[in-house]
Amino acid sequence: VSAERTAALEALLVERGLADEATIERFITTYETAVGPLNGARVVARAWTDPDYRARLLADGTAAIAELGFSGPQGEHMVVLESTPEVHHVVVCTLCSCYPWPVLGLPPSWYKDPAYRARVVREPRAVLAEWGTVVGDDVEVRVVDSSSEVRYLVLPERPASTAGLTEEELVPLVTRDAMVGVTRVVAP
Amino acid sequence: VDGIADAGGRRELFGPLPPLDPDEPAFPAPWHGRAFALTLLANRTATASNLHALRHALERVPREHYLASYWGRWVRAAELVLAESGLLAPGAVDARIAGVDLPDPEPAPRANPGAAPGNLRHVTARPRHAVGTSVVAASAAVPGHTRLPAYARGRRGTVTAVLPAQVTPDVAAHFGGEAPQHVYAVAFASTELWGPGEEFTVTVDLLESYLAPA
Repeated sequence: VSAERTAALEALLVERGLADEATIERFITTYETAVGPLNGARVVARAWTDPDYRARLLADGTAAIAELGFSGPQGEHMVVLESTPEVHHVVVCTLCSCYPWPVLGLPPSWYKDPAYRARVVREPRAVLAEWGTVVGDDVEVRVVDSSSEVRYLVLPERPASTAGLTEEELVPLVTRDAMVGVTRVVAP
Repeated sequence: VDGIADAGGRRELFGPLPPLDPDEPAFPAPWHGRAFALTLLANRTATASNLHALRHALERVPREHYLASYWGRWVRAAELVLAESGLLAPGAVDARIAGVDLPDPEPAPRANPGAAPGNLRHVTARPRHAVGTSVVAASAAVPGHTRLPAYARGRRGTVTAVLPAQVTPDVAAHFGGEAPQHVYAVAFASTELWGPGEEFTVTVDLLESYLAPA
């Protein structure tokens, strides 16, 4: 049904000169290829291996992320939240689907799901456990609701067993879900 | 507006979570990408890319359509901003599906409050609240667009950061200009929001006009 509606809307917009195939393709290709969670993974891997960069990232997320070449819509002001053995951060947008596009791309289905948006601000430990992330009672859970134009990126804990890995080797271990805070990064 | 889009804590939406899929592509179906592009293009002409107006359209999508599909919701919102700006007749998409072309209405031009790109602004007045102080969020429901989640209304929290000043969505969504103001990260205790039970904090970014000293 929605595919049919989209096609009908497209025909109406193209006929009126409000949309064209080349522009549509450019929007799609940008978020299918150039802008996605690999950008965020590069930020995290750099922070894990370069203490000066990590300090800059936590002090001014926007500037430190721009150092790696990432900026743009839905990333005007970036704040990086460091998760530790004592504090676990998890990000949501309860009002719509705000998400840090320049570092994570467009949000995955689960982030946009009404059940996630409804539940995580009310029973975060149950939500995390349902996805296999057990957070003990001794860990402080901080849920962050992206209700303004500030966008949040979680800096997950680096697994101790990755101590010998290089920045390039760490990049593929960093997942989108860990950078929103619903999972931890697991070592191979 | 009060409605299904304001999802935080809403029991009727509680249910099983979808599976995590680390390999989920940006657009799982081809029409998802087209819905994304077309909605942004529609909003570009209809509202001069006023993101707040688009969000307000999304939250006015009727419940059954809102819950049916994420990208379907975007298409419905695009239809709304197009109709409200006079670019397409209301019902033009349904008519097209039925093989009928409705005549275009008269364009309804508006002053554009979002002409300047971005949402961060400089405000000369000093922030009213400092980090560490207690604040209480406004308790009244708002008929138009707002970024104060219903679950935080009337609740007392602590300012944890003074964020960059921003355009006021409540004003800009209704084409009333930018009205920039200070924004604060405010941490609420779970017990303040939901009563006794699991302990955690929820931090919400709130405009100065939503807050009073507590």
